[in-house]
Amino acid sequence: MNGLPEVTTGGGEPGSLRLVATLSLAGLLSGLIIVLAFETTLPTITAYKARMLREAVFNVLPSVTSLKRLVYRNGKLVETEDEQKGDQAIFSGYDQNGRLVGYAIPGAGPGFQDTIRLLYGYLPAERKVSGMEILESRETPGLGDKIYKDESFVSGFRSLAVDPEIRAVKKGKRTAANEIDAITGATISSKAVVRIINEANRQWLPRLEAAQPTVTGD
Amino acid sequence: MSRRKEDPHAEFIKGLWRDNPVFVQVLGMCPMLAVTNSAINALAMGGATFFVLVASSFLVSSLRQWIPRQVRISTYIIIIATFVTVTDFTLEALAPVVHKELGAFIPLIVANCMILGRQEAFASRNSVRLAVVDALGMASGFLFALFTLGAVREILGEGALFGVSLFGPDFEPWVIMILPPGGFLTLGLLLLFFSWLRERKQRLAIRLEELEAEPK
Repeated sequence: MNGLPEVTTGGGEPGSLRLVATLSLAGLLSGLIIVLAFETTLPTITAYKARMLREAVFNVLPSVTSLKRLVYRNGKLVETEDEQKGDQAIFSGYDQNGRLVGYAIPGAGPGFQDTIRLLYGYLPAERKVSGMEILESRETPGLGDKIYKDESFVSGFRSLAVDPEIRAVKKGKRTAANEIDAITGATISSKAVVRIINEANRQWLPRLEAAQPTVTGD
Repeated sequence: MSRRKEDPHAEFIKGLWRDNPVFVQVLGMCPMLAVTNSAINALAMGGATFFVLVASSFLVSSLRQWIPRQVRISTYIIIIATFVTVTDFTLEALAPVVHKELGAFIPLIVANCMILGRQEAFASRNSVRLAVVDALGMASGFLFALFTLGAVREILGEGALFGVSLFGPDFEPWVIMILPPGGFLTLGLLLLFFSWLRERKQRLAIRLEELEAEPK
């Protein structure tokens, strides 16, 4: 509490050992604190993410009242709630009569700034996308963030044909069922969303067709 | 500026107003310009910076006798980075929506020169009490500046404050205000305003002196 303008460490230059020891100790303590904070907050964060994911399922699939979690393992779709690391999971949604409505498929890919994670609904009977929700993105505020803030862009995914593949076109130039109006000023972000869905489609649609041949029938 | 008398009140006011880190010292511009596109983001960023600065100043000042001069900057960075990481996790757990909005800017608080500057210039040479008061003042000043900028930009750029529409649907938002140029424009005008205030105060003081010195 002497309020000296200069810090004094008590005479002479400290040896290198002291310097190394100080930094090591600081690093060690810092590491411990960070691990502690990480471990404490992790359950809340993962629980929140899982809850948001499930809530999103109801937003991207119309009139769904219950859902099941499907995991792709050894070339087969398995229904399981048991979460494992590296699971490739999707959700199947059912209406109140227990009939399959469609699938909610998560996708991720590079956006304008960072990875965009999203979830979209797919109706196998109509081969259409039935809705899209952005789960995580760091797109430019005011421009790229319109991929979830701009209602007209989001609603464009409510009924969108997936064949041959989804295309983002200039605003107002939409002519076909597989085209969506890109956001003016956020073309890269719009195209990123479309590319993520197309890639997930290429990965999942063959699997779904192989697993559920009866669904497309009626 | 080099008063060495312990005057906590003055140290607090100094950060909040006279030496405001943003409007007077022009420090920490990167987060300042990047996250002030809405009032709520500005508040969250200000709050996170507030916690990191006060906690770091406290620790640096408490440990100032034990940190060798040669490795002081690295040690400060370790301390700051630890608090920032803890803040990042806590915010993600408690307020995931805000965390999502702020994105990369929370981790970037580590690189905020205002925080490191306070450790080097003040916390490492003053008592814990003064260091904390100084940090509280500077952090409040930073928060105040961020909020002013965020509010102005959101009102003009979106016609809203805290997401509540102010002018009705007929208002044509000035989109430029929430884009990066809007940050520079608003900051420039605010800096101008604060310089004008300062100059005016100096002029008044000189006038007053002249009046007093004038013979009857």
